[in-house]
Amino acid sequence: MRPEDDTRPDPEALLRQATQEGRGRFKIFLGAAPGVGKTYEMLTDGAARRRDGADVVIGVVETHGRVETEALMRGYEVIPRRSAPYEGHILHEMDLDAILERAPRLVLVDELAHTNAPGSRHPKRYQDVEELLAAGIDVYSTLNIQHIESLNDIVASFTHVRVRETVPDNILDMADIEVVDIPPDELIERLRAGKVYLPREATRALSHFFSKSNLSALRELALRRAAQAVDAQMLDHIRGLGVGGTWAGSDRIVVAVSELPGADGLVRAAKRIADALHAPWTAVYIETPRAQTFGEAEHRRLASVMTLATQLGAVVATAPASSVVAGLKAFLADARATQLIVGKSRRSRLFEFRHGSVVDRLVRETPGVAMHVLPLQTLSGRRMRLPVLKGTWGSRSGYIWTTMMITGITAIASTLFHILNLGNVALLYLLPVMAAATLFGLRTGIFAGIASSLAYNFVFLPPTGTLTVNNPENVISMLVLLGVAFVTSQLTARVRAQADMAAASARTNAALAGFLRRLTPLNDPLDLGRAICEDVARLFDLRTVLLMPDGSGLSFQAASGPKYDLETMELAAAQWAFDTGAPAGRSSGTLTASDWYFHPLRAGDKTQGVLGLASEDGGDPLRPDQLPLLTSLVDQAALALERLRLEEEMRDVDVVRTRDRLRAALLSSVSHDLRTPLTAVMAAAAELHHGVTPDLISTIESEAARLNRFVANLLDMARVEAGALNLKVEAVDLADAVAGAAHDARRALEGHALDLRVPPDLPFVRVDQQLLHHCLLNLLDNAGRYADPGTPIIIAGTHSYGMLKLSVLDEGPGLPPGREAEVFETFRRMEGSDRAVGGTGLGLAIVKAFSEAMGMSVEASNRPDMSGACFSLCFPSTLIVRDAAQGADL
Amino acid sequence: MSAKILIVDDELSIRRLLRNTLERAGHQVIEAVDGASALAKAADERPNAVLLDLGLPDRDGLELVPLIKKLGDTIILVVSARDATDQKVAALDLGAEDYVTKPFDGEELLARLRVALRHRGISETAPKIVRKGNLEVDLDQRIARRDGVEAHLTRKEHDVLAILAASAGRVVTHQRILAAVWGGGEDSRVEYLRIVIRNLRQKLEAPGAIGSVIANELGVGYRLLTDG
Repeated sequence: MRPEDDTRPDPEALLRQATQEGRGRFKIFLGAAPGVGKTYEMLTDGAARRRDGADVVIGVVETHGRVETEALMRGYEVIPRRSAPYEGHILHEMDLDAILERAPRLVLVDELAHTNAPGSRHPKRYQDVEELLAAGIDVYSTLNIQHIESLNDIVASFTHVRVRETVPDNILDMADIEVVDIPPDELIERLRAGKVYLPREATRALSHFFSKSNLSALRELALRRAAQAVDAQMLDHIRGLGVGGTWAGSDRIVVAVSELPGADGLVRAAKRIADALHAPWTAVYIETPRAQTFGEAEHRRLASVMTLATQLGAVVATAPASSVVAGLKAFLADARATQLIVGKSRRSRLFEFRHGSVVDRLVRETPGVAMHVLPLQTLSGRRMRLPVLKGTWGSRSGYIWTTMMITGITAIASTLFHILNLGNVALLYLLPVMAAATLFGLRTGIFAGIASSLAYNFVFLPPTGTLTVNNPENVISMLVLLGVAFVTSQLTARVRAQADMAAASARTNAALAGFLRRLTPLNDPLDLGRAICEDVARLFDLRTVLLMPDGSGLSFQAASGPKYDLETMELAAAQWAFDTGAPAGRSSGTLTASDWYFHPLRAGDKTQGVLGLASEDGGDPLRPDQLPLLTSLVDQAALALERLRLEEEMRDVDVVRTRDRLRAALLSSVSHDLRTPLTAVMAAAAELHHGVTPDLISTIESEAARLNRFVANLLDMARVEAGALNLKVEAVDLADAVAGAAHDARRALEGHALDLRVPPDLPFVRVDQQLLHHCLLNLLDNAGRYADPGTPIIIAGTHSYGMLKLSVLDEGPGLPPGREAEVFETFRRMEGSDRAVGGTGLGLAIVKAFSEAMGMSVEASNRPDMSGACFSLCFPSTLIVRDAAQGADL
Repeated sequence: MSAKILIVDDELSIRRLLRNTLERAGHQVIEAVDGASALAKAADERPNAVLLDLGLPDRDGLELVPLIKKLGDTIILVVSARDATDQKVAALDLGAEDYVTKPFDGEELLARLRVALRHRGISETAPKIVRKGNLEVDLDQRIARRDGVEAHLTRKEHDVLAILAASAGRVVTHQRILAAVWGGGEDSRVEYLRIVIRNLRQKLEAPGAIGSVIANELGVGYRLLTDG
């Protein structure tokens, strides 16, 4: 019991790893049964912490009048409880706000499973504890094993006592668990000695609870649960370290849930199996046409089962299908499930004989999936109601029409009675019955059946004018009328239900498809967030808000309407939903005091954010039957957000990769292009000591010029890469620009005649003169380098079809056919990397970058007669200055 | 024509190179390595010209231009980096006579210096006729002749040519030409100036030899090239 004991693993350290920075630490004193001394142990531990100098207060401790407990409480600061009036009583509840304000290091909170008085901030005490932990306060609390959600059924199964106050398993997962254990005999002894507090009215029921076998079983459960918690934390730890291993398991568990009572037990059983196998699990509801017949109660039960599954850590899904077997088969294949958990309802033998057992068919049709069949238990032992399609009461006009039809038939039949016999008259009455059942539903149909048989009896069956029947044969006619009404209405209702369901399913699919269509093209996170909010708001007629994590916590990302500032409580619910990956807030069972319902956006293992929903009028935002559609939408939204995030990551990776490639090319290129001329200059300079020759001087001059050009290009490239091209656009005379470039490039063009074919009447172009100059210099430099010696280089300007082109043509090897455009790539040197003519290929890349920065384009091709290369600068019509001198006296 | 030249540059190799070039041309050379010593030397030695590098260790070379000008009738040639057109224009506006761009050519530098010095020397005896190849510009009579034949110039073309010829061999900034000819500095008029220059070239230069008379100084202005 001493946390400072060094010889055993320190669970607190493990816990620290699992919990977030800044949260309080949480310790649960877990007992197998009341009376084992949890409160005592908690107070003792707290006192030890106090002696170590920690600031410890009591939030709530129930003494139940026990002297030892009261003695231990002495010396503690006790936060006064809050009075909560309820139905004439005054309940004393833990004062959460007072504790938060007092902000101690550690608070002791007895009886974690306690249900708060109605009107409290949270319905459950464990939610108060959540908030305390979130505020950074350490919490010690006590809990009995039968209050753990996933063990609730098991405990009830052997003790026959079911507790209503349960604590979700994920609360335990956050805590360090200390089992307070005493042998069963000792506990029974304490019970006899009156040392165990029991509610007076429950004494008799509970005395059975305290049998030795029960206590042993409970004790084993508690120890196993505690071991499992440590196990889970150890796994988290290993996962946190990124250690690989086989513990991840290859099992995937699917539990098939339904709206039937007892499905919650099935979900808890699935959680235990999944935990034991360390396997991920999914709770799936197969939506068959039967769902049409659900009332409010069924929807609610289904929603609560799904919520429970989410709380217990399952992924939940809904799959529509024509039958349970077909739907499950498809889902199992999709989910690549290895284990299936189904419940078997207590149907009558006759029902199974006629419909075939779902379980038998599943076993036959899904080989390769291990199946767990568990009885669907309801504690009350109530027999399952067979699914019968209930009609509605129908409309008043339906009854009026039916009555009119029957009256009409009666009138017709009486007029024609002389040519009809009794049997034919009965057949006539089938018409209104079938019509009513088809058009107005079951109840109206039955009404028609009864009314018809009454009319038939009264008007036609002897003795006429009475409701007595003489001939037993005629009784059969009446029963047939009723039977037809029932069967017809059942068939029609079924068909209609199927049609309605198909329509609803189509609506759902259309909503989903429309949603996807809107989300898919969006590539900006803000746009996507807004689209998600607006679409969900529109589909459910709600207000929505999207919260996404930033550096510190959740922050506002988008909303359906104007920006909405959430209150602290609402933010706490949102944070809870984000942290646990389960819904929170209004109508969720957690932090329900908020107006908002928060649904986590989960894609894979990662929670992307939280979508908040609230109705305009402050009521419940969602009906239970809307939950599946919302879940589907939210899943799609999460995937869309995840897609954006991944794309962004990919882009980053691409950028880095390209940058690395360029850097490598630059290094090799620079070292080559700097060294070559430098070597030549140094060698020539050394030669000068032995005598000056014109050759040496011209070598030094040309190599130095080459270096100069190269450095200039490096600087230009750096400016392009840095995005630091400050364009100074002005009207430029191309003839002028060409003359300037030709003058500056004269050294590179030595040995070549320059043929300027720039018409003097070319219009001016709006470009940056400096950048254009560098483009031309590089093109001329390139031509001078690759042209055959002694050949002329032509600069030609053409203006046609609105496009102005300035081309540099040389006579030489030209460009590799089909790969002309590649010459503009950075560090591209045509035909091998180490040609004598040298050059990094930076020059042409600069031509392209500069040209494009000015709105121009570049072209590289071979001359039509293949006598050499042709590089062109193309000025689109937008850059051409028209009538520059219009109206001016020049 | 021998003159006393002050070289202001913090790089020893550049100073050595300049000294070599200038002494070969018969000039007397003094050196300064930073702005402070440049001002001191300019005040003490009264050089005819200063070769001023704008990138100095202790202060911005541009600041020195007006300070040196204030000390006396000194010609300033700015030595600047390739793309710093704004700096060049600013230096010219502050009173510098001309500039050379690094890396420079020794002959080009000497030619610029020669033009500047001569200009200063003959400022009292105003230039009458400027010649370049077969072109002749008579400033007094406002006539340009090509191969002895008078070119017909419009009024604006005349004005522009006159300004360039008055500073023959030296760069004249766009702003100065615009201010003198159009009487204002509106940017749109640069286009007018370009048209006038184009027309002048068509009338004065040989076809296929664009820029042989009027040289375009990128982003700065124009220079009328002259013989000698």
